[in-house]
Amino acid sequence: MSHSLPPALALFIAAALLPFCRPGSLIRGVALLLAPALALTAVWTLPDGELLAFDYLGFHLVPLRVDALSRLFATIFTIMAFAGALFALNQPRTTELAAAFVYAGSAVGVALAGDLITVLIFWELMAVASALLIWSARTPAAFRASLRYLMIHLLGGMVLMVGILTYVTQTGSVAFNAMRPDGVATWLIMIGFLINAGAPPLSAWLPDAYPEASWSGTVFLSAFTTKTAVYTLLRGFPGAEILVFVGIYMILYGIIYALLENDMRRILAYSIVNQVGFMVTGIGIGTDMALNGAAAHAFAHIIYKALLLMSAGSVLLMTGRRKCSELGGLFQSMPLTTVCGIVGALAISAFPLTSGFVTKSMINQAAGDQHLAIAWLLLTAGSAGVFLHAGIKFPWFVFFQKDSGLRPPDPPWNMRAAMVLFAVLCIAIGVVPGPLYAILPYPVDYHPYTPGHVLELLQLLLFSGLAFFLLLPLMKRTPTITLDFDWIYRKVLPAALAAIYAIGAPVDRMLRRSMRGLVGRLTAQVSRHYGPAGAVARTLTAGNMAVWVVLMLAGYLIAYFISR
Amino acid sequence: MSGTKHPGRPQDGRSERLSGPWLTRASTIRGLWWAGSLILVLVTLADLVVLRHHAVVPVAGTFGFYSWYGLATCAAMVLVAKALGAALKRKDGYYEP
Repeated sequence: MSHSLPPALALFIAAALLPFCRPGSLIRGVALLLAPALALTAVWTLPDGELLAFDYLGFHLVPLRVDALSRLFATIFTIMAFAGALFALNQPRTTELAAAFVYAGSAVGVALAGDLITVLIFWELMAVASALLIWSARTPAAFRASLRYLMIHLLGGMVLMVGILTYVTQTGSVAFNAMRPDGVATWLIMIGFLINAGAPPLSAWLPDAYPEASWSGTVFLSAFTTKTAVYTLLRGFPGAEILVFVGIYMILYGIIYALLENDMRRILAYSIVNQVGFMVTGIGIGTDMALNGAAAHAFAHIIYKALLLMSAGSVLLMTGRRKCSELGGLFQSMPLTTVCGIVGALAISAFPLTSGFVTKSMINQAAGDQHLAIAWLLLTAGSAGVFLHAGIKFPWFVFFQKDSGLRPPDPPWNMRAAMVLFAVLCIAIGVVPGPLYAILPYPVDYHPYTPGHVLELLQLLLFSGLAFFLLLPLMKRTPTITLDFDWIYRKVLPAALAAIYAIGAPVDRMLRRSMRGLVGRLTAQVSRHYGPAGAVARTLTAGNMAVWVVLMLAGYLIAYFISR
Repeated sequence: MSGTKHPGRPQDGRSERLSGPWLTRASTIRGLWWAGSLILVLVTLADLVVLRHHAVVPVAGTFGFYSWYGLATCAAMVLVAKALGAALKRKDGYYEP
């Protein structure tokens, strides 16, 4: 049945074909753009339901299941793959693009998986493909970062696998549906999902690894891992209260760390954690409005975050610099990149008439509707903080502030086209939210554009902007990084191992020396008795023995005959 | 768009303030501060005329809540970040092998 071909297949086939296409050739460009377009078409021609299912080893596997939620995520993942490929058309490194397509295809695979085993397989594939994507930057720093990244994700994958195996043993079912975190199995599954979402305490993998990828690689990275985690949490743990706390922590963590950061793409990486925090909070609140908000926000977020990272990637490609302290004044020669970066910044800040406004508001509204006063106050503060750390800080330090003297032009046409496409989408969703609302998992009865709501957001954001400029002297960029939880496994653990070695090595040497002495003495003793010259090994003794035995037997015979 | 393809010479910031692109001139920046301040006052005063949602918490019903709450929480976040940075900031090459 041609209907039930998995949409991810187009991306996997393209990934397999890419190594055979010469960089810069027309066929390569066609493959890069056609595959995501075909995948998107496939997503929208598939009907609802379990479209591919079979029994294997006694489990009912469903590699292809479509409903509103999975279609929403598969849609945005394929749109992202298209825009990312357009942006990366001039990326000569085929490994990176092939890895990106396997990565995108796996994300689509997770979104359309109807059982936990399929989820796990695509989950691990995603980890490997994304690590390869970081690796493709081919710098020593990227290589080291990709190994740390892989370590955390394989750990997360293992936690998830143990959780799924326990769950399957307990329930006998592999179906991927809503669960409750009420036992070891479901807790482990949720922790596995949360590690990919960038939740504490392991959030640091994200800002550590993503900014080390190439100018085009980070664009892909920003979209898939954390948003598949959001999808699986939406599907698996809607209304799990703990997620409200986790989400709000992520919101504040992202803001504080981004405020301290100097690397333009690391600022945006911290703000991914911040934005996913809003979605995780929404999932924790768990009402239809909140879940719709989380899903819609994930959709909008992929677009504006990719747009922001495209503008940062363009700056990186054209200047070779990534630190705010070395940038500034670029609006003069990169007008299009500046405008697109600002549109992304306004969208992430949920400015009226942009996509963030019509999606994030639903999460805040849901918190208000449920009378979660403290959560609502923190979400509102978080919304102001988004404008502070990403909405103004990123464009201000990269495109304005002091004049760095750099005068690079806007990037090549394909990169400009990708930015314009996503900038237009940011505004289109913000101005006409209806089509997005129509594909959300639950019926939507929400009107973001009431005068009161628009005014509230304007007050909040504009005064957040005032705070930024008033406190600008406190935010002077320094060439520094900020310690995070990864300090534990990058400094403390290696230091602890070194200390153990420093103490252990002499003890080990002494033990080995005495053991060697002991074994030496033992073998000397053994060889004294059993060696060629040893008493036990003497053939003389054996010869004597034989004589004595013969004599005894002879004596016995004689005695026998005599006694007869 | 500028014709130069590669980073140019750093320019003298002071002379640019007077002559450079429109957006970098001191007079423009002064004008932007005035315009910005006026907008801030206007959006806060708009509280008097625009019908608002019911307040989720009582404090949200106070006059200009979103204005002062946005300003105060952002200032708090910057200060917290500053304090945290004092303890947790390290030189760029800290993790270099």
